[in-house]
Amino acid sequence: MKKNLLTMNKSTRSMLFTYILVIGSFIIIQLLRTFKDGGVGAVLEGQLIPICAYVTMALALNLVVGISGELSLGHAGFMSIGAFMGCAAAGALSGVIPSAPVRLAVAMLVGAALAGFFGFLIGIPVLRLNGDYLAIVTLAFGEIIKSLITNVYLGVDSKGFQFSFLTDKNTLGEGGMQLIKGPMGVMNTQRISSFVAGFVLVVITLVVIFNLVNSRTGRAIMAARDNRIAAESVGISVTKYKMIAFVTSAALAGTAGTLDGCSQTTFVATKFDFNTSILILVFVVLGGLGNMWGSVIAAAALTILPEALREFADYRMLVYAIVLILVMLATNNPTLWNWYARFQRKKAEDKGGAEQ
Amino acid sequence: MKKLFSLALALAMTMSLAACGGGSNSSASQSGAASSTGSVSSSTPSEASNAFKLGGTGPLTGGASIYGIAAQRGAQIAVDEINAEGGDIQFVLRYEDDVHDPEKAVNAYNALKEWGMQISLGSVTSQPGISTSALNYEDSIFALTPSASSPDVISGKDNVYQMCFSDPNQGLASAQYISEQNLGEKVFIIWKSDDNYSTGIKDKFVAEAEALGLNVVGNATFTTDTQTDFTVQLTQAKQAEADLLFLPIYYDAASLILTQANAMGYAPKFFGVDGMDGILTVEGFDTSLAEGVMLLTPFNADAEDEATQHFVKAYQDKYGETPIQFAADAYDCVYAYKQALETAGCTPDMSAADINAKLKETFPTITFTGLTGDGAGITWDATGAVSKSPKGMVIQNGVYVGMD
Amino acid sequence: MDFLTLLDYLIRGLSLGSIYAIIALGYTMVYGIAKMLNFAHGDVIMVGGYVCFFTMSGLSTSFEEGSMAGAVVPALAGILLSMVVCTALGVVIEGLAYKPLRQAPSLAVLITAIGVSYFLQNAALILWSSSPKYFSPIVGSGQLQVGPLSISYVTLVTIAACVVIMIALTSFTGRTKLGKAMRAVSEDKGAAQLMGINVNRTISMTFAIGSALAAIAGVLLCSAYPTLTPTTGSMPGIKAFTAAVFGGIGSIPGALLGGLLLGIIEIFAGAYISTQLSTAVVFGVLIIVLLVKPAGLLGKTVREKV
Repeated sequence: MKKNLLTMNKSTRSMLFTYILVIGSFIIIQLLRTFKDGGVGAVLEGQLIPICAYVTMALALNLVVGISGELSLGHAGFMSIGAFMGCAAAGALSGVIPSAPVRLAVAMLVGAALAGFFGFLIGIPVLRLNGDYLAIVTLAFGEIIKSLITNVYLGVDSKGFQFSFLTDKNTLGEGGMQLIKGPMGVMNTQRISSFVAGFVLVVITLVVIFNLVNSRTGRAIMAARDNRIAAESVGISVTKYKMIAFVTSAALAGTAGTLDGCSQTTFVATKFDFNTSILILVFVVLGGLGNMWGSVIAAAALTILPEALREFADYRMLVYAIVLILVMLATNNPTLWNWYARFQRKKAEDKGGAEQ
Repeated sequence: MKKLFSLALALAMTMSLAACGGGSNSSASQSGAASSTGSVSSSTPSEASNAFKLGGTGPLTGGASIYGIAAQRGAQIAVDEINAEGGDIQFVLRYEDDVHDPEKAVNAYNALKEWGMQISLGSVTSQPGISTSALNYEDSIFALTPSASSPDVISGKDNVYQMCFSDPNQGLASAQYISEQNLGEKVFIIWKSDDNYSTGIKDKFVAEAEALGLNVVGNATFTTDTQTDFTVQLTQAKQAEADLLFLPIYYDAASLILTQANAMGYAPKFFGVDGMDGILTVEGFDTSLAEGVMLLTPFNADAEDEATQHFVKAYQDKYGETPIQFAADAYDCVYAYKQALETAGCTPDMSAADINAKLKETFPTITFTGLTGDGAGITWDATGAVSKSPKGMVIQNGVYVGMD
Repeated sequence: MDFLTLLDYLIRGLSLGSIYAIIALGYTMVYGIAKMLNFAHGDVIMVGGYVCFFTMSGLSTSFEEGSMAGAVVPALAGILLSMVVCTALGVVIEGLAYKPLRQAPSLAVLITAIGVSYFLQNAALILWSSSPKYFSPIVGSGQLQVGPLSISYVTLVTIAACVVIMIALTSFTGRTKLGKAMRAVSEDKGAAQLMGINVNRTISMTFAIGSALAAIAGVLLCSAYPTLTPTTGSMPGIKAFTAAVFGGIGSIPGALLGGLLLGIIEIFAGAYISTQLSTAVVFGVLIIVLLVKPAGLLGKTVREKV
């Protein structure tokens, strides 16, 4: 059975388009960086890794909000766990694994594992709730993670790890180093993230999400989203499937955090606050719920937008807010929808008329 | 409809990509006219090619913007004065907004790099400063930061210098001052635990206080989220019978502490650091509450000397308010650059890397006299740390008075 | 840990809780009727604070210092004007940003509310700059001495205002026609419309009342904690929202209970556990409460219809 672009299933087409979009942009940017004088410019060059991290975050959150249908307002918390634990792992391993890409990969796995583990712990109580209550509890967890991490001191020396909470009681021996310094956050001695690593992460995220969505598990997750009671009545364990989506999403958010953290010289826990969670939610909603290529474009565009608006100085966040409101109003305007539907109908009629 | 919108987004993205990508070309071709974009100085010298491109990042919007804007304005006044004199050294100044965020600071720094920045004023605040100074080091662009005071900003980077005291030095100086002047029997510290400026000062203060035999009876913390109610901390201090409160924090929180202590009828001595500067300029603040507050600060807008009065007047004429120390630090930075560039014999047509090499040799050798140092002048060692003596001030009748 | 200190903390907790409760009332009423999380509510508080600040500092010069009128008139004018401005602001926001989205999915409304919140904060930043304004308390900074205990006038006024607002609001929703219409709309929009209630107007009225409450909360908040910046409202906003959920969102007595408990927990957590972790403790308690009572303390558990 041969399939071509026009006859193939709509979701397959969308998946293919997402891969082409991501890989295509990567190739274009890499070509520009290699062959064009000055590359893509210092500003965009510096944003390539954050874009990859936010795209991954948006995809991960879309899995929870779009596919699984639960509103999470605390995803920055998972990013934070990934960033801190991943970078701590990278720092601790700097003498053991000399190759930066390998170290980054290991750090990402550590970040993903810990973020996923916390996702599981948080998921147990959270997924019993629904709707706005679930949203507020994820918000609460995001804030709790933030204030806990702000008080963590983690150090390593030849004798092993040292951990203290609230005040720094670590007594590090010769050659030891403080990996997480409470409110001072993490200081990276080396920035090991690269754009290529970011691209690989985005592709892996896409593979994970599309495989999940197009599997039996994915269909169960969407069934639980569309009608919880009906899904339960055919024997789908709603909590289990929601948990699978939530933990996967948390783990992916953890890797995004590691990528972002390891690309910076320094960062602090307060960076991953409620506003960051909201920022990522905005990417997902603007890109379209459940629409992966929409998330990719929205995350990339909205990360670049504030920089592109630099000339407006004071007014750029104001412009951003107005754009946000207008876009929400426009995309949900019934008059525009009707007009669009009429337009489509007219086009169909014209086509029909021409054929006669 | 959703698709239409997503396409529009895609379009917007490609356009902004093009805008970013094209930036390097356009800025190269219009090197002199670059002042038309961003928050560039209004005063382009007559011969733009004859001016050093001086760039800095700081919070120009957002909650911390009071510091960034002050530094930008202070530097601007210095640049205007120098350009008006018309000597060999001329500057074009450009400040970019970093919203007090390390990640945004990198973007701001890159925007400056694309513009062709030759020498840098680093970042105004510490956390972004740590980010940008690493880039300064990698790109070999010399930096002298007016106020990013964490030691991490300069450590390990031989071309990043500070105009302000480092945080530990402030803690050290405060402990010594309190001990020498015998200001308090029982000291209590209220500090902000999610801020590295506050943490840095407090850690060193505690260590030094122990060495000097000061009696620190306790400490209490707050965070950005709980920066409204200090009654718990003040009650703890009161119960510990502290007679001196050490406040290594910024003035906005300090003004609340003063008010709430007053409301509780608790009146210890208050001792602050340079972040306390600005407390008298808070609109609507009852300055009688700050009566008797002591602070260590490198700059005093009420000082009698001619240079300070000249600067304060210029600032008031132009911006209608009294400058805080951030403005004075940035003003000093520009003049320090002028002196160093003259000594090193740099010219504006030199590359950033060449200027960097010359300035690295020159800065440890010069002695600079500015607004923020005392008569002995300001010097630097090769690590980039500044050496100047802090001024002990006490607030009397709503103005600073020297304490010695 | 002596009894007097405990009592002192309790009063401070009640005062903070009263402010949370007044803000939470605005959240809970809007949620009950429009089923939306109005994240811009916290920023309306901030606007209220600024309006009162400028009115008071503008008027205080035109009175003799120390005179009775000089103490009372600017404060009253400040409160009234900020209520008027905030009410108008609330109605305008509702009409321009939320009304067109009545039929839209709730996430779209949420994002719009966040957009409005960003807009208000950044507009305030441009208009009034980020340098903090120091707000002098509306009732002076004196205190009442009860035995060994001293309670500031601001604390007393805050708690009193909360009680008065609570009683007024309960009788308003229980007795008046408009109040009953509000309850009807929150119960069942469609049925209310069939009974001849103008749903759109009722929702606008709810926003108006909620915003007027936000103005009062703003004035009280700034009197108790007198620095005013464009982000003054956001953290109290989030905490009050938590308080509303805590007590059972949509329920007016729930908002009061949630607000008071939250304030007391926050102060006690700071005093006896750690000031660094007081926010974490507050949110931790919220999670535990929601696990035991998923609809909040006083919320109604709605049975899902199959």
